[in-house]
Amino acid sequence: MQFHADDFKALPAAPVEQMEALAPAPPLWRVLLADVRAVVALVVVALLVFSAFAGPFLWPQDPARQWLSQVSSGPTTARIVAVVEDNPQWQGALVQAGQLMSVSATTTSVKLAWPAVAGAAGYRVYRAEAGEGAGLGVPLAQIEHPWYDDRLQLRERAYRYTVVPVGVAPEGENELSRRATITLTPALTIGRFEAQLLDLPVHNGEVVLPAHPLGTDSLGRDMLSRVIHGARTSMLVGLTAPLLFITLGAFYGAAAGLIGGWVDNTLMRIADFVVALPFLLFMILFRVAMGIESGESGLFPMVLAMVLLSWPGAARLVRGQVLQLRGSAFVLSARMAGASNLYLIRRHLLPNVLPLLLVSLSFAIPQAIFTEALLSFIGMGVVPPTPSWGSLCNEGIRSMLTHPHELIVPAVAISIAVLAFNVLGDALSDAMDVQIRRGAQ
Amino acid sequence: MIAYILKRLAYGAITIWFIATATFFSMHAVPGDPFNEAKAASPQLRQNLMARYGLDKPVTEQYLIYLRNMLRGDFGISFTQENRQVNDIIREHFPVSAILGVAALLIAATGGIIGGAVAAHWHNRSPDRAMMIAVVLAISVPSFVIAALAQMAIVRANDWLGFPLLPVAGWGGISHVWVPALVLGLGTMAYLARLMRSSMLAVMQSDYVLTARAKGLSDWQIFRKHQLRNAMLPVVTELGPTIAAITTGGFVVELIFAIPGLGRYFVQAIQQLDYTVIMGTTVFYGAFLVLMVVLIDIAYGLIDPRIRLHGDGR
Repeated sequence: MQFHADDFKALPAAPVEQMEALAPAPPLWRVLLADVRAVVALVVVALLVFSAFAGPFLWPQDPARQWLSQVSSGPTTARIVAVVEDNPQWQGALVQAGQLMSVSATTTSVKLAWPAVAGAAGYRVYRAEAGEGAGLGVPLAQIEHPWYDDRLQLRERAYRYTVVPVGVAPEGENELSRRATITLTPALTIGRFEAQLLDLPVHNGEVVLPAHPLGTDSLGRDMLSRVIHGARTSMLVGLTAPLLFITLGAFYGAAAGLIGGWVDNTLMRIADFVVALPFLLFMILFRVAMGIESGESGLFPMVLAMVLLSWPGAARLVRGQVLQLRGSAFVLSARMAGASNLYLIRRHLLPNVLPLLLVSLSFAIPQAIFTEALLSFIGMGVVPPTPSWGSLCNEGIRSMLTHPHELIVPAVAISIAVLAFNVLGDALSDAMDVQIRRGAQ
Repeated sequence: MIAYILKRLAYGAITIWFIATATFFSMHAVPGDPFNEAKAASPQLRQNLMARYGLDKPVTEQYLIYLRNMLRGDFGISFTQENRQVNDIIREHFPVSAILGVAALLIAATGGIIGGAVAAHWHNRSPDRAMMIAVVLAISVPSFVIAALAQMAIVRANDWLGFPLLPVAGWGGISHVWVPALVLGLGTMAYLARLMRSSMLAVMQSDYVLTARAKGLSDWQIFRKHQLRNAMLPVVTELGPTIAAITTGGFVVELIFAIPGLGRYFVQAIQQLDYTVIMGTTVFYGAFLVLMVVLIDIAYGLIDPRIRLHGDGR
């Protein structure tokens, strides 16, 4: 058969993909860094881990410190406020005529004074929220003098006060009663007792209240520092437990696969049984069984329970790889060439198994964060003084209708963490696919 | 086939025994004893209580009695609710959890299959992108947060409408089921949608779809007869494992929506350290899940003979 030069010209050039396929597989991190979502997820994960461990130094507020005068407040900046006496004996003010009037109205105290009614045995003071219908509202006090200092759980809103004289007219509201609607301004004051309790340095009768960028919770604790300390708990559980159980599972599976025979059979049967245990139920059961002494955070029992229940996944994975490699031609030929076991493990087993373990680690981490949050949410995780995102949500859910930020802040934190790790896992396994596809050709 | 079924059943029985044993011994490792000062005021009273619940016998004997009772299907008497059988508690509360779970599974399967099919049909276009974002969100936001937000939304909607459109919590008519079931099924729905999407994408490139197109079938016919049916197969096989996820996920949803299901009861029992109820519900749930897995395995064995040949089928 004879060829013409034209025959060769007609041959199409090899498609670009095929050319690329022939090139050696690029390192994993290069593939990963080419993926935008992977880079974003990596940055978020790095920030989360960083804030969990360095956060308490950058934002050194004590997460257990209670700012009693700022319960459930929204975000605030640092402020200078006046220190006031806790029980000032206000002597009232004389009001000659006209309507019921307010002397001063802040969220610390509402001072009311009204003109005395001739012949009255006393006065009853009622308070209602301004938008709350036409009733009298809550009875606050019955007093003899024509003034009153209201300090009962005042919020930043409008109140309607009614003063009813007693003994001069029929019960209830009448023509002699006085009524006023007062809008409270936020108090820039703090009680002397609270200032002492919080150990704030008083300067010229004033103290500096620190900022609460995410507001405070229902016990007046700083949300930002609670979320940061919660991140510590979540990251600690989310990183240590998967690392431990994947390492344990890897060694277990490698042992089963390398030894083989009845040992392998028994070991994998045990793994099958552990897989059959209902995960959440046994997490809770183990946690109850291990008990928690006072003063412990409950982190250790949780990590231990997670390790005890979660290792079989990695064990199966590694065992499968070991069995596959043991039967492969290149391991056989390496063995014939006199390669030692150590060499085989280092040269063939580890490079094949490690990427797979990395992917399962990246999916195990969000799962562990999730589990920790769920358990802490139902009160079966960390013990209350230790903040955790799950227990923060649990506290927040009680006041979600009035102060939704207490639920939303930790919920967003959990979601971002889980999202970032999930996206990273996806990107990692996609990158691994690219590598395997290229490597196989 | 019969040998396969018997083998699966025997394996299931051993697994249930393992669960029961693990439960028994972990409960016996609990520090302290279930009778606190308030209940057992005097040593005599404590002794009587111990004798009544059989706690004065050696552990091995207790274990044998426990296994024997369990074989008879008797889980004992509650520690905190006097004279209430654990069996009664399960009988009363499990149907509620089951209804919720089945509703959640139906919603998840329907939503997941439709969502995945839609995403695949408009692959790499806006419906696909929107669906994938929704999927990632549904996987990343914890169920208790979604439950709380859903509740908040119901409250606001009822306020705004001026009449109760949907009940905020509780259990009763069909209107109580929808929202909790949706919340419970959301994670599974997202997972199934993702699975359906990739399965559908694989099917769309298959030869038989090309043939159908060449025959001149309409898009809708191809979609319905060739793509949807075949793409659903791997999704249906995944339904088994999702039952476990939905059953255990029920705890939190039942807790938040105040639904008197077994899951909420279990959490309560744990908070009150009601040992018999904890053991009974754990073994019951465990046995239920194992039974489900075994049944599904057998069903697959019947449908697809290839699975049987692989021996364990796990």
